[in-house]
Amino acid sequence: MKRAALGFGVTAALLFAVAPLVLGDFRLSLLAKYLCFAIVAVGVGLAWGRGGMLALGQGVFFGLGGYAMAMHLKLADAGPGNLPDFMILYGQLDALPWWWAPFANPIFALLATVLLPMLVALLLGLLIFRRRVRGAYFAILSQALAAAFAILLIGQQGTTGGTNGLTDIQGFFGYDLNDPVNQRMVYFVVAAALLAMLGVAWQLMRSRYGELLVAVRDGEERVRFLGYDPANVKLVAYVVAAGMAGLAGALFVPAVGIISPALIGVVPSIEFVIGVAVGGRATLAGPALGAIAVAWAKTALSERVPSAWTYFEGLLFVLPIVFLPGGIAALFKWRRRARLVPPAEVKEKVAA
Amino acid sequence: MSLLVGQLFSGVSIGAVLLLIALGLALTFGQMNVINMAHGEFIMAGAYTVYVLQQVVTSAGASLLIALPVSFVVAGLLGVLLEVLLIRRLYARPLDTLLVTWGVSLILQQAARDIFGAPNVQTRAPEILTGSVHLTDDIAIASSRLFILGLALAAVAALTIVLRTTSLGRRIRAVVQNRDLAAVSGLSTGRVDRLTFFIGSGLAGIAGVALTLIGPIGPAMGTNLIVNAFLVVVVGGIGQLKGTVIVAFVLGVLQATVEYTTTVSVASVIVFVAIVAFLQWRPQGLFTLRTRSLA
Repeated sequence: MKRAALGFGVTAALLFAVAPLVLGDFRLSLLAKYLCFAIVAVGVGLAWGRGGMLALGQGVFFGLGGYAMAMHLKLADAGPGNLPDFMILYGQLDALPWWWAPFANPIFALLATVLLPMLVALLLGLLIFRRRVRGAYFAILSQALAAAFAILLIGQQGTTGGTNGLTDIQGFFGYDLNDPVNQRMVYFVVAAALLAMLGVAWQLMRSRYGELLVAVRDGEERVRFLGYDPANVKLVAYVVAAGMAGLAGALFVPAVGIISPALIGVVPSIEFVIGVAVGGRATLAGPALGAIAVAWAKTALSERVPSAWTYFEGLLFVLPIVFLPGGIAALFKWRRRARLVPPAEVKEKVAA
Repeated sequence: MSLLVGQLFSGVSIGAVLLLIALGLALTFGQMNVINMAHGEFIMAGAYTVYVLQQVVTSAGASLLIALPVSFVVAGLLGVLLEVLLIRRLYARPLDTLLVTWGVSLILQQAARDIFGAPNVQTRAPEILTGSVHLTDDIAIASSRLFILGLALAAVAALTIVLRTTSLGRRIRAVVQNRDLAAVSGLSTGRVDRLTFFIGSGLAGIAGVALTLIGPIGPAMGTNLIVNAFLVVVVGGIGQLKGTVIVAFVLGVLQATVEYTTTVSVASVIVFVAIVAFLQWRPQGLFTLRTRSLA
């Protein structure tokens, strides 16, 4: 308890005091982008690290949140009664499509950024977990969902912006995003959201529910025999992770100014996972730190030698997972209670 | 009528490509429970093998015939290398295998980009495979598509014969059904694993050769194909080939039909929904090996 409070305090101080003082405007807005990825990673850590569900389609939820936010901001930029600029550009529409209309309402749009991904995850999770589709099957299905979603968005150019996505977003609820001061404000919002999501994950992990989730990961059938329904346990973690990804997507839009299919398809979806694996999938802070580190490394390396980044990313998938399944967090935690750093798939060894 | 037949055949030919790709996965994923995301890059390796061969052998027909066995061996050896270096350490962690092999696929793609260049390359198809066969006056079928269909069916037949009648096939089935019992019966399970992986990856090489006939060859060609191929194996049910064969063709026809009545982008979503709906009815896939295992 004390340690956790200390950890949150130090993180808050770093995010709210040190980073804004040390970093310039450009680096700070880059950090805001990394923090968005970190929010997704917190959810992945919960679903995969604690729950054993390798969700390879988090980009879908990130995209739903991002598009919900971007649709509202585009409508707000255009002003009441006007079409967003890209719709006029492609010139296929005379009036706003019906499913765009509700997003003109800021409250509806804000709620949708989180609730829409959670609803989709709930539906999919109900169908998949109840029928006991799991493990690799679940991973492949979630990846196929990401592929289908990206193809759908690209195909509907007139209403979704197609490959370009929704770009060139100017305002954020009345604040001009081109103003560096407002960019800083967006950074603070993102940082606060990350802290809040870490708090949610911490609370879930230390609760009885968290124990149950780990139990389902390590021995689903045993939990079933004890009288719990593992499907419900998994569903909660999956839906919460989807909500976090949606929130991250929504904040990504004002922080970076764009949302497009290239940010949410199969490849970016699996990239959300790598930071989690590197940082330590079953820990609280590991996924967030790992995601920030990987995103930073991507920027730093691909600025200098683009092709080297791809090799490096490939090695990031290979080396830590083969030789350090607990992630970097395992290096620091080897003395502490074993429960916190279970090598992820202990159960297969037991079963085999 | 001719429209219907045309649609049906375009579905069957999508199915044949899916089948060629999924057949190797049916071995490595279905039999060994290894999710090899680098399978798509083995396809790419097979396709580039054709490209390299054509720099040496000028006759398009001869180079295609030589490429079939050579690609099989090239992709198979890549697979064995992957198995020995990485996958062997991860048999207890199937989900981690997925991520590790994804990393390998990134490295292989970048390697292809550095060796052959980022733009797509072209190969020459032999004369007889460039035209089309006229069934009636208004139904024409591309001969390359017919060749791929034939190749896919031949691969299924060959694999079935190997698994059913040869001693290697018997050993593979024994290890799949009960690894421990196979081991105490004196089988070297590690060797059987490597051979299975060699054949499964080699089939990816064959698929790569086939794909040179219908599309460009590029570093990212595998990524687009692999997701659907994995779906085929999941829906078909692991441990048996017949599910993979049936589902590949059904999905192909479904995709072609839905694409025809709606658009490509809507079709991908409808096919996904159809698969999730199907899994409500058969969560373990179309055909399953019955076991008493709980896990």
